Amino acid sequence: MSHKTYEESKKAVVKGLFLLGFVTLIEVFISLFGKGHIIPGINDIAWIAYPVGFIIAVLSIYKAYFIIYEFMHMAYEVKGLALTVLLPTSLLIWALFAFFSRRNSMEGKKRVC
Amino acid sequence: METTENVLHQHSENHGGSWEGAAAPFNISYGKLMMWYFLLSDAFTFAGFLIAYGALRFSSPSWPVPDFVFSTAPFGIHDAPLIFVTIMSFLLIISSVTMVRAVQEGHRENKRGVVFWMFLTIIGGAGFLGCQAWEWSNLIGKENMSVTTNPFGSHVGAGTYLDEKGNPTGETFKAGASYLLHKSEEGGHDESHAEGHHAMAKGDHPNAFVDNDGFIHKKFKVTSGPAAGKVQMEEFGPKAFGALFFFITGFHGFHVLSGVAFLLIIMINVASGVYASRKNGYEMVEKIGLYWHFVDLVWVFVFLVFYLF
Repeated sequence: MSHKTYEESKKAVVKGLFLLGFVTLIEVFISLFGKGHIIPGINDIAWIAYPVGFIIAVLSIYKAYFIIYEFMHMAYEVKGLALTVLLPTSLLIWALFAFFSRRNSMEGKKRVC
Repeated sequence: METTENVLHQHSENHGGSWEGAAAPFNISYGKLMMWYFLLSDAFTFAGFLIAYGALRFSSPSWPVPDFVFSTAPFGIHDAPLIFVTIMSFLLIISSVTMVRAVQEGHRENKRGVVFWMFLTIIGGAGFLGCQAWEWSNLIGKENMSVTTNPFGSHVGAGTYLDEKGNPTGETFKAGASYLLHKSEEGGHDESHAEGHHAMAKGDHPNAFVDNDGFIHKKFKVTSGPAAGKVQMEEFGPKAFGALFFFITGFHGFHVLSGVAFLLIIMINVASGVYASRKNGYEMVEKIGLYWHFVDLVWVFVFLVFYLF
């Protein structure tokens, strides 16, 4: 953090605290909304779980980005370091597709749980 | 190509100090780079756990609803979905922020500042562990969940509960409604009676079946779907839920626990001036900081997958 003064970085920390706290509160609110705790009955709409799940997933990824780039200082490291750490995690996208397309073939067959 | 002798020679040269003799890759110290790669591998372990949770959840016909399972908090608070885990999340966020401050004070070579902010970080981590201990003891002790038993279930179809004579009551439920199998209280504690538990003999009753472990499976008449009109009883929820919950939150909790231990050791070292003499901007504090932020980062996704979805 050589390009930031001490006072600036202290302010950035307080900003980070409020940002993460605020995003977490929004996530909880949206999750409860999707489960019908804010407006009763809204959880009976079948498709409501999809936009709700999508929004909280995106907000969580934003939180992860903020923690890695600001708190863990990835934004101030060499680009090559960021690539060696972040590129391998993109394999997880493939893992997600692999496991969740497999679930369709698991359905209706022998239950493992 | 390097010969074995060359490699050995280089190895012994590097033995004293790490990364010496050449430009540091990525302009970062050896310790910090290795911490990044350790965290990368750890991220894959957690991702494997969480993806397994998702795959099992969606391949199961019913799954306990998280805002029903996690709706209790200390001091007798009930029906407060997600409130307690939100407090736990805030504890980790705050301790992550105090850790950033500790690293900043380290860059200024301010020993007192580092110790102060690390101490607050430890308090936050210990608070999180305390909350998790309460959550676990509540689930194990009061709600009788274990690695192999999951008393949280949800109804596949709509129905009506039966009374003591086996006749339908006015108590109905919709498909997807959650329930918790209570245990029959043999001792007849006053507390449990207040919560609506009953002392029931083992075996078959018109309104319930009490299994050998004492779990009361309430009976109901199905009112919709192909099984309409039949009398069924509440079954255990999917076994995998208990196992996944304890393994994943336990694995994360163990990370927090070891994080707190290392924070304590490093804080004591800071206070005794071990790192001040190295004059490297308290790099050890930066390394444990990376680890601590990672623990917070993992919790973001455990929170998402277990509690929010």
